[in-house]
Amino acid sequence: MKQLHELTIKEVLDGYTNKDFTCVDLVSHFQKRIEKYNHKLNIYLALNENVLAEAAAIDNEIAEKGITRPLLGIPFAVKDNFLTLGIETTASSNILKGYKPQYESTVIEKIKTAGAIILGKTNMDSFAHGSSTETSDFGATLNPWNVEKLPGGSSGGSAAAIAAQLATVALGSETAGSIRQPAAWCGVTGLKPTYGRASRFGIIAMGSSLDSPGPIGRSVEDCALITEVISGKDPKDATTSPSPVEKYSENLYASDLRGIRIGIVKEYLLPDMREDVKNLILDAADKLRLLGATVDEISLMDPKYAIGVYTVIQRSEVSSNLARFDGIRFGHGRSVLCEETKRRIMLGTYTLSAGYYDAFYKKAQAVRTKIVDEFKEIFKTYDAVIGAVSPGPALSVGASKNQPMFGEMEDILVEPSSIAGLTSVGLPCGFVDSLPIGLQITANQLKEGTAIKIADCFQRHTNYQVFPDLDKTT
Amino acid sequence: MKATPLIGLEVHVELETKSKMFCGCPADHFGKEPNTQTCPVCLGLPGALPVPNEKAIESCIKIGLALNCGINSLSKFDRKQYFYPDLAKGYQISQYDEPFCSDGFVLLDSGKKIGIERVHMEEDTGKLQHVVLEGKKVTLVDFNRSGVPLVEIVSRPDMSSSSEAKEYLKKIHEIVRSIGVSSADMEKGQMRLEPTVNVYLEDESEKHYTPLSEIKNINSFNFASQAIDFEITRQIEEFVKTGIEKSATNKTTRGYDAVKKMTFLQRTKEEAKDYRYFPEPDIPPFVIENEMVDKLRSGLPQLPDQVTADLIQMGIEPKYVKIICNNPEALAIIREFGENKEIEINKLASLLANKKIDIKGDIKGEYQKATQTGNTNVGELKEIVEKIIADNPNLVAEYKKGKTGVSGFFVGQAMKETKGQADPRTLNKIISELLNR
Repeated sequence: MKQLHELTIKEVLDGYTNKDFTCVDLVSHFQKRIEKYNHKLNIYLALNENVLAEAAAIDNEIAEKGITRPLLGIPFAVKDNFLTLGIETTASSNILKGYKPQYESTVIEKIKTAGAIILGKTNMDSFAHGSSTETSDFGATLNPWNVEKLPGGSSGGSAAAIAAQLATVALGSETAGSIRQPAAWCGVTGLKPTYGRASRFGIIAMGSSLDSPGPIGRSVEDCALITEVISGKDPKDATTSPSPVEKYSENLYASDLRGIRIGIVKEYLLPDMREDVKNLILDAADKLRLLGATVDEISLMDPKYAIGVYTVIQRSEVSSNLARFDGIRFGHGRSVLCEETKRRIMLGTYTLSAGYYDAFYKKAQAVRTKIVDEFKEIFKTYDAVIGAVSPGPALSVGASKNQPMFGEMEDILVEPSSIAGLTSVGLPCGFVDSLPIGLQITANQLKEGTAIKIADCFQRHTNYQVFPDLDKTT
Repeated sequence: MKATPLIGLEVHVELETKSKMFCGCPADHFGKEPNTQTCPVCLGLPGALPVPNEKAIESCIKIGLALNCGINSLSKFDRKQYFYPDLAKGYQISQYDEPFCSDGFVLLDSGKKIGIERVHMEEDTGKLQHVVLEGKKVTLVDFNRSGVPLVEIVSRPDMSSSSEAKEYLKKIHEIVRSIGVSSADMEKGQMRLEPTVNVYLEDESEKHYTPLSEIKNINSFNFASQAIDFEITRQIEEFVKTGIEKSATNKTTRGYDAVKKMTFLQRTKEEAKDYRYFPEPDIPPFVIENEMVDKLRSGLPQLPDQVTADLIQMGIEPKYVKIICNNPEALAIIREFGENKEIEINKLASLLANKKIDIKGDIKGEYQKATQTGNTNVGELKEIVEKIIADNPNLVAEYKKGKTGVSGFFVGQAMKETKGQADPRTLNKIISELLNR
């Protein structure tokens, strides 16, 4: 018999239906675990004080009407860059310390309408600037598999919350890698939707042309169920796509992958990549072949160019997006911004300056178009491309210090797909040094269904959905 | 030495749309309680995103069409970045290199064409209020105006005198009002003016251009005209003194002091801001379809120049035409009665222009009353009245006894006799005079 913190969305809903436990039971259970482990891992920054009352209300609803909402009573951990009405939201930056939003972000509104319960807000790299959570003004989160390791980032708190089983599911956001990379380092599943599939309204902006909110969970299935709820055109976000949201859950439980064509990107098996990591990706390719898919080696632009493009565009947008924290409002001056944030503002300001704009921003946009075109071409033949999420397993605490390009080096394999606004699922595909390794399955824009189908089928036919025993690791 | 001023104008017009440029807050901010018309978007709160107001974009395109501009099929917004406490996001959403409209012109009465470089869409900023609060000098920010749609009309430096500039401004003002996108009320700051001035100096052997200066935020046509005149004289004097010519780096920004009637230096080019424009990532680029442009074009009312030509064609004197054109109600009346044979249209125009008739009343009746001059020939009328008096001695006797009401009979008879042509006032006077003899 599974414990309450080990359940997926479907298992929780079944438990409610069968009256095995109540929402209050589930929430209290998580509260106890959070109480016990959070101080060791630094995952939650703020907790929802009303959570028990909300859970009780949901129990009443279930008693009266049964389960009529898709995420009814599902406990969420939410990355701290999502504005949550009345719950402190800081994006892990001191400049927003104490800030209680006056409005709710669209994605939060959607999951709440679907019945979700927010347990609390999770740690992240300050303003999502990083891939380690080490740039957080409130200290790094530690990897539940090994507290000497980093959880990755920037959605490190949300990924760690799932690995540590301190929530049923979580929300993260990805600009380039910030969902998939921490999911990989923590051995959980993350889904980055197509840019514009889920609304950015009410999410503290990082790189506006790249930011994509998405789920992190125990399984592809949980991620699919959440993506179904949070996706869709938002009248408050002009960049959201008007195309109707598919029933992603219909892509689950495929018995095989016959007819699916997959490309494994040669350039993403980096020359200096560890052999054991490379082998896990090649094993995954073989597994997909066994499931009926064809997997061919394909060639894409060297991912190092994506780093250049991404760095210029993202820093430029950051320098502009953070201008509103002008020291006049929100209670704190700009001097409290952390080193990494200041560095990004300075670099972005430089790349947009008169005389440098053409050499940096404009050129980066031109290469971005090339990367987009290259993927377009590939997706004429292939349904998906696969590769490692990260060049290796979780790095040690402190690894990002004095490494201004740390995030970019760790995200080299996910940046091209982010630049092209594609959708991608990151999921565990094995272990090296007792640390999880992640596989990414990337599909064309708005082809979440395809990525979900492949990832779900792979996950059901492998056995990498395992979780650390915190009493041993912490 | 011959001096030719080169004057260009940037005109900002606030649109009177229902909501602001990028959010649902009301755009009508004048005189409202501070910070009562704000939301996360126009306050620039974390996570808030702009959604463009399509009506405002249509209004911008209408202005472009009315100013004979081409409408660009591809257009986008850009971020113009600078720090100022009234700028909530730290950048203004504006248009840099792909405005909605470009390359138009305004025709002056002389027949001279003033080129329009571009017409673009942007958002207004908040407003700072410098006040004393509890004995302390403080600056407060009112964000009601933040995000109000603003159209910027940029001319080419084609004007060569302050009077040409003033005529251009008046034409812009008339056009914007006539197409119904803004009242362009100068006193409410709905239309703001920024002239850019320099002077071309020439004699047989030499040609010189004086350095450019841009005069910021003027809110009256007269001040603009005065500022331009002051600047022309100042620049010529300065050039004679220093010999410094226009260069890529010596443009200055100046203010205008309406009390002292002079411009003053605000900043030099070296201190000029680098706005670090880049494409607004929160708003996808626009593809403006021809059909939309055609629809907006066909929906435009007749423009002031065309209306003027039509009215002159109808036989209305130019002095009345100007006044009628600026008064939509009067213009509608002229249009309604233009074909009416019983009405002399220039006479009606003169009555409307001089406010001699009630614009809201029965125009036909008012016109007749106002134009009824009747017979005022005293000799002729006296003769008729004398005859009626002689024919009705009984009634005269009754009048003398005090039944003054009978005078009405005499009026009626006289009117009958003159077939209604007698001027009533003159007639009344004569009757009372003769009866009281």
